[in-house]
Amino acid sequence: MKRSLALAMLLVSSLAPSARAANEADYKAAYAAAEAASKEAAGMRNQWTVTVSALAAAKKAADGGDFDRAVAAAREAEALAKASIFQATSEKDAWKAMEIR
Amino acid sequence: MKQRATVLLGSALGALAALVFAATRVVAADTVDPAADAKAFQNFFFQKFPTVKHEDFVNGPYSMNEDMKRQWREKEEFPPYEFSLDAGKEMFSTPFKNGKTYADCFPNGGIGIRQNYPYFDEKEGKVVTLELALNRCREANGEAPYSYVKDEMASLTAYMAFTSRGKPMDIKIPDDPRALAAFENGKRYFYTRRGQMNFSCASCHVQSPGERIRAETLAPALGILNAMPIYRSEWSGMGTISRRFVTCNSQTRAVPLEPQSDEYRDVEYFLSYVANGLPISGPGARP
Repeated sequence: MKRSLALAMLLVSSLAPSARAANEADYKAAYAAAEAASKEAAGMRNQWTVTVSALAAAKKAADGGDFDRAVAAAREAEALAKASIFQATSEKDAWKAMEIR
Repeated sequence: MKQRATVLLGSALGALAALVFAATRVVAADTVDPAADAKAFQNFFFQKFPTVKHEDFVNGPYSMNEDMKRQWREKEEFPPYEFSLDAGKEMFSTPFKNGKTYADCFPNGGIGIRQNYPYFDEKEGKVVTLELALNRCREANGEAPYSYVKDEMASLTAYMAFTSRGKPMDIKIPDDPRALAAFENGKRYFYTRRGQMNFSCASCHVQSPGERIRAETLAPALGILNAMPIYRSEWSGMGTISRRFVTCNSQTRAVPLEPQSDEYRDVEYFLSYVANGLPISGPGARP
């Protein structure tokens, strides 16, 4: 029983840093990473509408002071932008598989 | 020992021959041959839908479904694009402030020429679409350009398409590496997957024509531009070729390109060229 309690406390303490509320600096870092990926996708002429929406949602949440939501949206935007970059890169050759010959 | 050497030599020669053959195939695959592409493109649809008359492909989803075709024929008695067509005819003949008209900008006074657009302009080194040519005509005569996706442009192109009805699409690709590159770029755009839905134009209009996507029956890619511009019930109004490309991109959750961007001009060039020989049927009406 004592050992279980100690283990539980250890687990809680180990999770504590990641469970803290996000702050403006976290948001700015997440947004900058998302924006960079998004710009790269746009430069490849392969921007996704959902990336733009997620970036806008991140900004709106940050403007309202909800940095948890802002960071989550920015991370989503970054993931979407990276997926669109992957798509554009792989399609440079993959499109040929669809061609009618 | 001698037998083993013979086998080894034979294998090496076989491998070399395979390599040469593969290399030849790669070179052949990279050669741009629009005529061969158009033939393969048309044959694909003719074989996939052997009961559809060739000239009927320009009627899009109506060529794929007999019930829809019956409804469309009834609708054609009072076509929803008629207002736009009338407006386009009036606009076309109304002089600009300088006294000139659209007729002054086009061969044959702009009548019966839709089937020749888009064309490759060797001076500019780019594809020129009918929509682009119309706005250039306006600007050359001191008028503001129209939106590429809205009513006025749709009305003008509706009238010009109407004067070409029944004429076979006749797109030329000059012997110019830039024209071949534009065709190839258009082909690449057509087959490239984009957007979060990971769809290419071909995903719907080559792989799935006749199938439903939600409530819509997908049109075959062959002849898809011959009916443009179109009145779409979904839009509650008319739409140009530019509007069609923009909407398709949005539906796959890709951010659309700017109307008349090089990519859109090139994909229009590709799609129009592979429909050579099929009649102009615009303006059209679609669900």
